[in-house]
Amino acid sequence: MKSTRPAPDLSKPRLTTSAMIASIASEGQRTKPAPFGHALVELARSRPEVVGMTADLGKYTDLHIFAKEFPDRTYQMGMAEQLLFGAASGMAAEGFMPFTTTYAVFASRRAYDFIHQTIAEEDRNVKIACALPGLTSGYGPSHQAAEDLALMRAMPNMTVIDPCDAYEIEQVVPAMAAHQGPVYMRLLRGQVPLVLDEYDYRFELGKAKLLRDGRDVLIISSGLMTMRALEAAKALSDDRVDVAVLHVPTIKPLDAETIAREAGRPGRLVVVAENHTVIGGLGEAVAGVLMRAGVHVPFRQIGLPDEFLDAGALPTLHDRYGISLSEVVRRVKGWLK
Amino acid sequence: MDTVATRLANAPTLAQRAYNIRRNALRMGEVQGQGYIAQALDISDVLAAAYFHAMRYRPEDPAWEERDRFLLSNGHYAIALYAALIEAGIVPEAELETYGSDDSRLPMSGMASYTPGMEMSGGSLGLGLSIAVGMGLGLKRKASTSRVYTLFSDGELDEGSVWEAISSASHYKLDNLIGIVDVNNQQADGPSTQVMGFEPLVDRLQAFGWFVQRVDGNDLDAVVAAFDAAKTHPEPKPRMIVADTLMGKGVPFLEQREKNHFIRVEPHEWQLAIAALDAGRP
Repeated sequence: MKSTRPAPDLSKPRLTTSAMIASIASEGQRTKPAPFGHALVELARSRPEVVGMTADLGKYTDLHIFAKEFPDRTYQMGMAEQLLFGAASGMAAEGFMPFTTTYAVFASRRAYDFIHQTIAEEDRNVKIACALPGLTSGYGPSHQAAEDLALMRAMPNMTVIDPCDAYEIEQVVPAMAAHQGPVYMRLLRGQVPLVLDEYDYRFELGKAKLLRDGRDVLIISSGLMTMRALEAAKALSDDRVDVAVLHVPTIKPLDAETIAREAGRPGRLVVVAENHTVIGGLGEAVAGVLMRAGVHVPFRQIGLPDEFLDAGALPTLHDRYGISLSEVVRRVKGWLK
Repeated sequence: MDTVATRLANAPTLAQRAYNIRRNALRMGEVQGQGYIAQALDISDVLAAAYFHAMRYRPEDPAWEERDRFLLSNGHYAIALYAALIEAGIVPEAELETYGSDDSRLPMSGMASYTPGMEMSGGSLGLGLSIAVGMGLGLKRKASTSRVYTLFSDGELDEGSVWEAISSASHYKLDNLIGIVDVNNQQADGPSTQVMGFEPLVDRLQAFGWFVQRVDGNDLDAVVAAFDAAKTHPEPKPRMIVADTLMGKGVPFLEQREKNHFIRVEPHEWQLAIAALDAGRP
């Protein structure tokens, strides 16, 4: 007999499920529209081998910006992710550089073997940009790519990038092109927060960068959790907790040297914060680095639990699973007690 | 005297090519004591017609830009393709004895990074036609006249991705794509038509917008004619050759052996098989 959830308490106020592509920008935050699409157009002007390919999600991955500018360089492969990646391999074999887009769940889960065999094993120069990484949709597990980094970083030859904001995405796109070989990028699309332009920051493939220093806590983070970490660091400073933030946008190859060096500085709690299941993502990757380097420090993880996540409104879910600003602050404080 | 005319006159016939391919495959099978030899024997005529009649390539330059591409989707047929690549002079005959051994360039399942002339890593079935679609699109972008030949097996018709590729090749009018499906009616768990029915295959493929021919894949003249028609057909459609083949073809005692995806050949039988093949040498 099929069991379902208990009926809700109808007397309680509740948020509605946000649109599938909920904005991850907090209220009043500065944003920039479609940074990936615009950066790709910019890149393609000087790189005639760049083509765009999508599986019926051009509009929802900002590839429509590229398609509008370069209609004859855009390939609609239909709602067929296996075909998308196989065809991208063939296109790359002919000397082109396909930027392929879909949702992270469909690339990492549905088309995994196609990416593994036709792209990674053959070391084809295919770039994979995937929207809705981690928990950035309230649609439920069908659209929540909680495990995409674990899957992609396990694949030989694959470079894996989890950018934080619009400023970074604009730099990641040309860096993906400069790297010969397959790259998986977690894509933030639509109105994307603008954060890192306020820091002295440049994206470098394979490099972790210290965005702020602090004596009490080191948060190691990637993707949108770096934005949360920076916000949390400001909030915690009001409580006289001094938080450093090490941003690790390249999940693979991991900057083990910088991570071990920063984590090895004595007297700090090390927290890894990621928009990903705690299994097989940045947290466990960092733990492995620290173990291998002989760095023994207090270590905590902020990430999504090993369970199928709920459907609902994104702010509710970020609170529920511990990756909202208030939850990050609350947890760090709790660990310092 | 070495003139073009005498060289042409002395050139092996396609039947001799097919015989040589079969013989190469049997010799590799003997090295390993196993292999998908029944499939290799059934597809040798198609490979002979592809490599010695239909396709454009340079043996000394397997990556020649203007070559026709050949994708082996059913990677376990590698033993057959190696046999053809050896016959074509792309892979040295001396490497035949390394088949399936440590450090060999001829692994049991075909991989692009191992072997000259191998254009894809197959083995995980259902990949080839999707890659072919991308190559076909890429070649058209480059205004290349090269074609993409893709060999796959009837069992692969079970894979949904094959039909994704079949739809899109038609959508993009990829008339530079020539698919060859080997219908030997045998896959891992039994006869392909019983494992998962795919007939009427010609009607289905035509309904998907392909130019389709069905031939006896062991009738060299018919296969040659099918390749010719596939190359010259005027409609802007992808082309499919449905090749009905006989597993073990050319070695009578293997043709008659109970059909099985992985036919067992006893150690003493390899020489018997080569002798049986030689008895029918063209």
